[in-house]
Amino acid sequence: MLPTEEAHDLLELVRQIADRELAPRVADFEARGEFPRELLRVLGRAGLLGLPYPTEHGGGGQPYEVYLQVLEELATRWLAVAEGVSVHTLACYPVATHGTDEQRKRLLPDMLGGELLGAYCLSEPSGGSDPASMSTRARRDGDGYLINGTKSWITHAGHADFYNVFCRTGEAGPHGISCLLAHAGTPGLAPQARERTMGLRSSPVAQVVFDDARVPADRLMGDEGTGFRIAMQALDAGRLGIAACAVGLAQAALDYATDYAREREQFGRRIVDFQGLGFLLADMATAVSAARALVLSAARLKDAGLPYRVEAAKAKLFATDAAMRVTTDAVQVLGGYGYVADHPVERYMREAKVLQIVEGTNQIQRLVISRDLATG
Amino acid sequence: MNIVVLVKQVPDSGSERGLSADDKTVDRGSANNVINEMDEYAIEEALKIQEAHGGEVTVLTVGPQQAAESIRKALSMGPDKAMHVVDDALHGSCALATSKVLAAAIGRLSPDLVISGAESTDGRVQVIPHMIAERLGIAALTGARKLVVDGATLTVERQTDEGYEVVTAATPAVVSVWDTINEPRYPSFKGIMAAKKKPVETLSLADLGIAADEVGLSGASSAVVEAGKRPPRQGGTKVTDEGDGGVKLVEFLASEKFV
Ligand SMILES: Cc1cc2nc3c(=O)[nH]c(=O)nc-3n(C[C@H](O)[C@H](O)[C@H](O)COP(=O)(O)OP(=O)(O)OC[C@H]3O[C@@H](n4cnc5c(N)ncnc54)[C@H](O)[C@@H]3O)c2cc1C
Repeated sequence: MLPTEEAHDLLELVRQIADRELAPRVADFEARGEFPRELLRVLGRAGLLGLPYPTEHGGGGQPYEVYLQVLEELATRWLAVAEGVSVHTLACYPVATHGTDEQRKRLLPDMLGGELLGAYCLSEPSGGSDPASMSTRARRDGDGYLINGTKSWITHAGHADFYNVFCRTGEAGPHGISCLLAHAGTPGLAPQARERTMGLRSSPVAQVVFDDARVPADRLMGDEGTGFRIAMQALDAGRLGIAACAVGLAQAALDYATDYAREREQFGRRIVDFQGLGFLLADMATAVSAARALVLSAARLKDAGLPYRVEAAKAKLFATDAAMRVTTDAVQVLGGYGYVADHPVERYMREAKVLQIVEGTNQIQRLVISRDLATG
Repeated sequence: MNIVVLVKQVPDSGSERGLSADDKTVDRGSANNVINEMDEYAIEEALKIQEAHGGEVTVLTVGPQQAAESIRKALSMGPDKAMHVVDDALHGSCALATSKVLAAAIGRLSPDLVISGAESTDGRVQVIPHMIAERLGIAALTGARKLVVDGATLTVERQTDEGYEVVTAATPAVVSVWDTINEPRYPSFKGIMAAKKKPVETLSLADLGIAADEVGLSGASSAVVEAGKRPPRQGGTKVTDEGDGGVKLVEFLASEKFV
């Protein structure tokens, strides 16, 4: 269900590009672990790298309800590309929502224009779940800041054109953190060797080391000390993106397993006609629909300007757990064929795992939800 | 340089297509109708020339009401405006009659360059560009795999079975293109939104001064007498190699006139 005719047109365009450009290439790129930078430019030129931001700054002016369905559609063909779009969109959030008018006018048109790609640097080697204890520092030096420290698990490291860096400019704890927007070419900003990941291999992830990396003061987002709040708000929105990716991935696994079960015969019957397997598929299908409904209902709260943090946490938790279960069961439906790389379901299963970890592990989502229940 | 691009709506060549039972014209009602694939390359070529040399790009379609959908799609790629000739009397027109209508419409737009696809996937007669050029008294550079614009001189690499020929002409001219000429762009989301506001001029036959009996099924210079279903695929021939596999393969290829 889409709210407008233009959203219909948008989704049709996305399907066309996903079918023609993404679906035929995903298996090769994943096998080689190659980042499809040029394909992200194709998406960018089509206007898909700034969908939920205002048109006056070059965005698509779309509600989250629509943007998330675009992500879902992309994720059914290629999770790493959908995640890339989601991370880029996350990386534009601090400027778009906490930048001054002047900063938005100066920075956003390029960031949303489609040619550039962003990264979001919050996690550190010593901890991702507790970013308030981060140790990366920025100290004021004349008309800029000098950043020192190490960020880890940075998606698009080495390929991004701009990096949002959350770093300590003041006291210990959450109130001493600020958000700086660094150019990729900043001297002293050094992406490290790529991590060797279980899945999502076409998405580059690496540490980024900052060694007296100088960022001009006019690239500080919000006030000094508000960085943690910005990071958490950005993640509320970002988690919806991850949840939508999970729905798309689970849908792909369900579709593949269903097609297979309708073709494959054992004991002289299609395996889908064995109740034991048909019910497994029924549970998978129900999980996908429920996850999608939860994601969209949280998105509609956000679009209406209502509080949505807890609903976003629930959607991320439920959708990514559902994706893990559905992709695991899809391997089961294919039997031995599910365990080999000739079919995509083993890849789906490896890919689903990361969604339970990024942008707040699912334990952290439960923490958000239970804290809300505890305080009422 | 002002350019007119010819865009035809055709039944999707990837799906089941057929002729209407009653008058043996292409069945457009039950088909999934899309922009003729080759025309997307024509649009792309026009846009590239516009980007390099300026001017306006106009989409021209002769076709039923529902072709308006394809016109919007074409406009979403970037052309500035469109002209749609739509008239019930056009139903069943032959290539000659269609070229007359197209030439009359092009005459109104007086472009420097007309670009079309080299063929449409429904009719596949490949003659429309030549006919238009003849009617307008201008050069036809057809089957291009490359087009270079230098002032008022057009140079085309004309694709042939053996290779290519280099042909040149002065504008105005008609150029038809193959899918080897470029890689068509995707529309952008902004392009889709903008296309809804672009002007589309709708004309009837009367507007072009063409009488109804000059076109349509009754005025057609050719007629479809009979049409049948394509014969079902024959089962393949299996060659078992008993030491003479090579000979048998050559015999098979010779019997099918491949060698
Ligand atoms: C492929 C990939 C891409 C990533 N991309 C980015 C990126 O672009 N930018 C970025 O900043 N980060 C990124 N991350 C980092 C990711 O957000 C962190 O890995 C995640 O937040 C967890 O942090 P951690 O790995 O340090 O685990 P830890 O925080 O050490 O957690 C270890 C375990 O302890 C559990 N745990 C921790 N605290 C609690 C608690 N209070 N209650 C219960 N359980 C708890 C966790 O759930 C987890 O199971 C990425 C990670 C991966 C794998």
